[in-house]
Amino acid sequence: MREYRDDRPSPAMGRDSLFNRRLVLGLAAFASFAPFSSARAATQLTFDELYEVQSVLGLKFTAQVKSLSGANVTMRGFMAPPLKAEAKFFVLTEIPMALCPFCSSDADWPDNIIVVYLDEKQTFVQANAPIDVEGTLEYGSWTDSETGFVSLLRLRHAQFSLA
Amino acid sequence: MRKLLAALAATTLLTGAAAAATVYPVDRATILAGSPFDFKVEFTGVVKPEDVKVIINGQHYKNVLGKDLAFVEKEEKADASAVILRDVVIAEPGIYAVEATAGAETKKVVWDVYDTAATPKAKNIIFLLGDGLSVAHRTGARIMSKGVTEGKANGKLNMDELDRMAFIGTSSVDAIAVDSANSMSAYMTGHKSSVNALGVYADRTPATLDDPRVETIAEALRRQTKKSIGVVSTAEIEDATPAAVVSHTRRRADKADIVEMFYGVKPDVILGGGSAHFLPQATAGSKRKDDKDYIQLFKDAGYALATDKTELATAAASNQPNLLGLFHTGNMDTTLDREFLKKGTVEKFPNQPGLVEMTKTALDRLSKNPEGFFLMVEGASIDKMSHPLDWDRAVIDTIEFDKAVGLAREFAAKNPDTLIIATGDHTHGFSIIGTIDDDKPGTDMREKVGTYDKAGFPNYKDENGDGYPDRVDVTKRLAMFANNFPDYYETFRPKLDGPFVPAVQDENKHYIANQAYKDVPGAVLRTGNLPKDGDTGVHAVDDIVLQAQGPGAEAFKGYMEQSDVYRVLADVFALGKQQFGN
Repeated sequence: MREYRDDRPSPAMGRDSLFNRRLVLGLAAFASFAPFSSARAATQLTFDELYEVQSVLGLKFTAQVKSLSGANVTMRGFMAPPLKAEAKFFVLTEIPMALCPFCSSDADWPDNIIVVYLDEKQTFVQANAPIDVEGTLEYGSWTDSETGFVSLLRLRHAQFSLA
Repeated sequence: MRKLLAALAATTLLTGAAAAATVYPVDRATILAGSPFDFKVEFTGVVKPEDVKVIINGQHYKNVLGKDLAFVEKEEKADASAVILRDVVIAEPGIYAVEATAGAETKKVVWDVYDTAATPKAKNIIFLLGDGLSVAHRTGARIMSKGVTEGKANGKLNMDELDRMAFIGTSSVDAIAVDSANSMSAYMTGHKSSVNALGVYADRTPATLDDPRVETIAEALRRQTKKSIGVVSTAEIEDATPAAVVSHTRRRADKADIVEMFYGVKPDVILGGGSAHFLPQATAGSKRKDDKDYIQLFKDAGYALATDKTELATAAASNQPNLLGLFHTGNMDTTLDREFLKKGTVEKFPNQPGLVEMTKTALDRLSKNPEGFFLMVEGASIDKMSHPLDWDRAVIDTIEFDKAVGLAREFAAKNPDTLIIATGDHTHGFSIIGTIDDDKPGTDMREKVGTYDKAGFPNYKDENGDGYPDRVDVTKRLAMFANNFPDYYETFRPKLDGPFVPAVQDENKHYIANQAYKDVPGAVLRTGNLPKDGDTGVHAVDDIVLQAQGPGAEAFKGYMEQSDVYRVLADVFALGKQQFGN
């Protein structure tokens, strides 16, 4: 399930224009988020770089993930349907997700996901397209007291924009 | 105004008088004599315990059920009373009229407690379940796999050779529609239930694990026989269909609990996906919320473990009594992705066995038991790919499912005391209407759809004779469409880059067409005909065609419910009689 990830450069923006000013301005109508801070340099991390072992008996994070813990990173993916329209967090997935109540359940997240925590609650708008997320990578088991969601890897203080 | 009020009062009174308690098992339930079940009466209001009367065939209930009812004055979120009696058994076959009363409330139901033959008709049963298997999946599989010339199929599917058949109605206790949980549950318990429920009648309390239980076939086999049990699926092994062999929950999503229920019953062979619910929460990739390590627990209980095709071959030959094969953290990949396109998650799990290899291993292991076996085999991706309207993947998986039916037939040829059943649990609103011919002029894809005489014949080829078309993206292919869908882009083409994701959810919880397909040449937006919170195509209410062969198969005829199918299974195995003789 890695169809139409579409990481080809689109005609509207160059591949390297992640922080393209024109794009950020264009997105103002799309969602009320703060543009990326340019003060911190962010390392790009892909879903393929998260795990060195993905096996039936569990996943093992790469040395890269462990070494980037605490660092500022950007990741590209799709926003999974949020649990609530207004929330402080969402799940970033490698491919678009359409959850189906009768063929799956909220326990059915794919392995390749990362939880993204924002500083403030916001109302999400479905981009229906890949997004770029920038935040502080946090590695280690943590249970969200509000949702009971256990994550081993998170992006904190995150901001996002259309890719 | 006065007249209106009077009228309202009358209506209210009428409603009040009509309010009836609910009794589980429900009216017209069929119950295997000697099988344990939970009995529950839910009243519509708060009643006094001394007012509750339950009469069965004119006698006090305790004379029949042997235990005292537990009274609950106010059920959670119900503000109403209930009585419940767990784990009761009716040994004597017959018609049981049950009348529950409390004050003005009363409800009568009738149960048919049935016996079985005194001796088994077959030693083994192989129950093959194509999830979502509709007529069009079979037609598509036959055309893609065998071809058609001058109006006649160039060959038959293995399913086509099964000589007995019945139409199966699949409706639920709570709806005319059904899902994979309560449909398979009805096949595996003989009791209809509500959507999402497994091995229980769905009661009104919010807790999902306390609903009134009925016996599963695996439990009945353990209670009455020394037969081996096998569960094989290409889905997560704790997904609805395989779970129904062993589980009791109102909510099929209780997957961590379902793993525990598998561990409780300990089927001799368990093969499928879904390891994430076996791993303790500290392991990355785990979907448990506790520290239980079911991989280790199963190993400690004498299971050989296999995690890929190679290990499956080794484990199959091991002398450990049981076999656990988990080949994916989630659902296994489809045949089209696994064997041909290498898409989906095949890169991460490159050495997954298919349904045919798993079925073969299961048959080899289970047939070592001189007492016989019950094997359930699920072709799961037929459904998992029909929901997202990915017809090529669904049909190719139907071919794989049919090959598993072929293995079962080979086994039965050598072991004629084997009953084979191939059926579905529900259908999809899916049809084949002709062909799509890329070589027709223009760019408008709908003008390339050929119907009636213009459909002609597709140009799939199977040059290597493996039963699968060499490719699905031929220039003249089957025109396959759904009759129900969310908003999506119809591309008129197979999805070669990975399984189709037709719609994604927006911030209003509405599903909107996935823009990723917008620019596929010829793609057109189809506005959905399902509610906007519907993410994919849905199950059809249409009947299923069940086919069977072997001893006892003559019982399949005309129209039957899934619960009637269980009665045949119970009769063929003589589950009314204990068979611990040897």
